[in-house]
Amino acid sequence: MSLTVPEKGWYKAPEGAEKLWIGLALVWCMVMSVMMPYWHFRGKQNSRGEAYSVEPAAFMERTTTFVESGTVGDWNGIPIVEPPPGGEAYLAARMWSWYPALKLRKGETYRLHLSALDLNHGFSLQPLNMNFQVLPGYDHVLTITPTSTGEFTIVCNEFCGIGHDKMIGKIFVE
Amino acid sequence: MATNSTSETRTCDTTGLPVCLTAQLFIKLSAVCAVVFLLLGGVAAILLALTRWQTIHLLPVDWFYRILTFHGLNMLIFWILFFEVAVLYFACTVPLKAKLFSRKVAWVGFIMMLVGAVMVDYIILKGKADVLMTSYLPLLAHPAFYLGIILVAVGTLIGVFNFFATLYVAKRDRTYEGSVPLVTFGATAAAIIAVVTLLHGAIVMIPTFTFAMGWTPEPDPMWYRTIWWGLGHQSQQVNVCAMVAIWYLVGYLATGAKPINETVCRGAFVLYILFINLASAHHLLVDPAVGATWKIWNTSYAMYLAVLASMIHGFTVPASVEMAMRYKGYTKGLFGWVTKLPWRNPAFSAAVLSVVIFGFIGGITGVTLGTQQINIIAHNTLRITGHFHATVVGGTSLAFMGLTYYVIPLIFQRDFIGKGWARIQPWLFGGGILMVSLGMSFAGSLGVPRRDYDIEPAGVYGASSHLFLGIMGVGAIIAVLALLIFVLLCVGTLLFGKKNAGRPIYDWGTAVALPGADESKVDAHWGMKGTIALTAVFLMCFAVYYFANWKALADVWPVQ
Repeated sequence: MSLTVPEKGWYKAPEGAEKLWIGLALVWCMVMSVMMPYWHFRGKQNSRGEAYSVEPAAFMERTTTFVESGTVGDWNGIPIVEPPPGGEAYLAARMWSWYPALKLRKGETYRLHLSALDLNHGFSLQPLNMNFQVLPGYDHVLTITPTSTGEFTIVCNEFCGIGHDKMIGKIFVE
Repeated sequence: MATNSTSETRTCDTTGLPVCLTAQLFIKLSAVCAVVFLLLGGVAAILLALTRWQTIHLLPVDWFYRILTFHGLNMLIFWILFFEVAVLYFACTVPLKAKLFSRKVAWVGFIMMLVGAVMVDYIILKGKADVLMTSYLPLLAHPAFYLGIILVAVGTLIGVFNFFATLYVAKRDRTYEGSVPLVTFGATAAAIIAVVTLLHGAIVMIPTFTFAMGWTPEPDPMWYRTIWWGLGHQSQQVNVCAMVAIWYLVGYLATGAKPINETVCRGAFVLYILFINLASAHHLLVDPAVGATWKIWNTSYAMYLAVLASMIHGFTVPASVEMAMRYKGYTKGLFGWVTKLPWRNPAFSAAVLSVVIFGFIGGITGVTLGTQQINIIAHNTLRITGHFHATVVGGTSLAFMGLTYYVIPLIFQRDFIGKGWARIQPWLFGGGILMVSLGMSFAGSLGVPRRDYDIEPAGVYGASSHLFLGIMGVGAIIAVLALLIFVLLCVGTLLFGKKNAGRPIYDWGTAVALPGADESKVDAHWGMKGTIALTAVFLMCFAVYYFANWKALADVWPVQ
C-alpha cells in the first residue's frame, strides 16, 4: 500500500510483464539516445550553436558594411541584400525589425550571422517553420542551404515588447 | 467514534491515522492559497485564450503580455508550489504518524511565500513587470518583481527544510518501523529536486535583482537563460514527482491498489532525482554558444533515464490498479475490469485522466520536442505550450484537483456539496485541456509562435491555423468553466459543507470485491493483460510521433 510502510523484504527484482516493459522502455530510450548523435553526423539539420562574442555596435557596423556591399533592391523601405554564394550574410534583430532583407539562391550555402541589438529575439522562418534564438552580445552563425524558392517571412517568436508581433523580416530565394 | 484529539494530534475518523494539528493548519493554509492562485490564473487563462483566438481577439496588446506574465506565474509557480507544500506537509506527517518539526519555521516559510506571491502579482498588475514568466535579461522588470520571486523561492525552501527535519525526527523517534511509505518516498524525491531547482532560482534571481537595483553590472543574457532554465524546467519535474506520488495514493484510496514491486517504483523515483536535473537544456537547443555535445547529452537526460522513470510509472500505476481489480474478481478478458472501476469517484477519474493526458500527450510530445535537432521545428512555437499544458495542467493540476476531493473531507473535515458537479468536473476539465493542448500543438506545427499577440501581421498563417486556435479557445472556455466549478465546490464546501467530524467521510466510491473473488487465480506476473495492451499502444504512438517529427525535420532547409 502506497500510504503505509512496506512489508519487510520489499527489495526484489522485477518479474514477468514488469520486467518485459522495463526492458522494452529501456531499448526505446536507447534508440532515442542514438538518434541524436546519428543525426549529428548523418543528418542535414543540426543546431550546433556556433557563436562568437560581439558588441551590438560592432555587429551593427558589420551589418551596415554588408548592406553597403550588396544591396540589390528594396522591400518596404528595408534594403534587400544579396550575399555572394558561400559568403557571409548579416541579420540584425532589434525592436521591432529585422535588418536587412535577404536575397539568396537555391542550392547555395551561406553563413548567416544573427544577433540582437537590444533584447532576446526569436528567428522563426515561415512557412518553413525553422526557429532559432537570437541574443544580444552573441553572433549566432547558421550555415544554411535554401532548398526551396519563394518568399519567406521571418517572424519574431521571442517576446520583445509591445511591437513584438509586428517584427517581420523577409528572405527571398530564387 | 469520538474525535480523539489532544492538543497536538487528532485521530482521523476515516483512516484511523493520527493527524498532526500543526501540519493540518499549514496544509489548510497552503491549500487555500493554492486554490486562490489557481482561480486568479484561471481568470487570466480565459482572457488569454480569447485573445489568441483570432476571431475574438479580446485584450489590448499591453494587457495581453501583462496577463500572460500573470497567468504563467500564478499557475506554474504559485498554485503549484503552495499545493506542493501542502502535499509535503501531509506526506511527512500523516503516513509516518509524526508531528511537524516546527510550527515557527512553517509560519516563516508560509508568510514569505505569501508576501512574495502577492508582491509579484501586484507589480505585474501595476504594469511594472511586462516581462513574461521567463523575464529574459536584458528585458527588465521592477526590482520588487525579482524580490517577490526570491521570497517565494526562499519561503518554499524553508518549507522543504521543515519537511526534511520532520523526516529526520520521525526516523529518530521511531514513529514508524522500516522504510517510509511509497507516497512519502515520492514526496522526498520531489523535495530533493525542489532544493536543486530553488538554488538555481536563487543563483539567477539574486544577481538580476541587484542589477535591477543598479548595484551590480548586467548579468550575461546567455548565462541568465542557462541558469534560469535550471529553475524553470526542473520546477516542473518537482510537479512530476508530486503528481506520480498522487497517482499511487489515489489508486490506493479508490481501488486498494498496491505497488506490484516497491523496488521498481522507488527505483523510478531515484532515476528522477539522478537524471532529471539535466532537463534544463530543453530550452536552449537552438541557442547560440551552447555546443552540440552538451545539448545532446543533456537533452537525453543521460540516455533518457528520467524518461524511462516516467515510462515505468506509466506501467506500474495502471498495472497495480488492474491487479487490484482482478484480485477483487473482475477477471473477464483484457478490459473487463475497466468498466467496474469507481468512475463515479472524481478523485479517481481525475487521476486516470491525468495519467492518460500526461502520458499520451504530454510525455510523447515533450520527449520529441526536447530532441536536440527536432527542436529546430518547434522552438518557441505553440507546440511548446501545447506540450506543457498537457503535462502541467492535464497532468499535474488535474491530479492535484483529484486529490483535493480527499483533502477537503479528510483535512478540513467537511463533506462536499454538489457531488454531482464534482463527478463531472474532472471530465470537463480534462476534456477542455485536451482541446487546448491539441489546438496549440497543431497550430504550433503550422509555425504559429507562442507569446504572440497577433499572428495576422506576418500574413503567413492560413485558415487551418485559425481553426486550431479556435479549438484551443473553445477548449479553454470549457476548462476554465470546470476550474470555476472546482473552486466554487471547494469554497462552498468550506463555507456550507456538513461537518464530518466524528464519522467516516462520504465515500466517493471504491471498487468492491465480488463474492467468491480468489486472489490466487490471478497470475501475479502476467495478470495485468489490459495494461500490457495499453502500454503497447502507447509505445507505438510514441514511435510513430517521434519518427514523423524526424521526417518533418528532414523536409526543411539544411542548416548547421
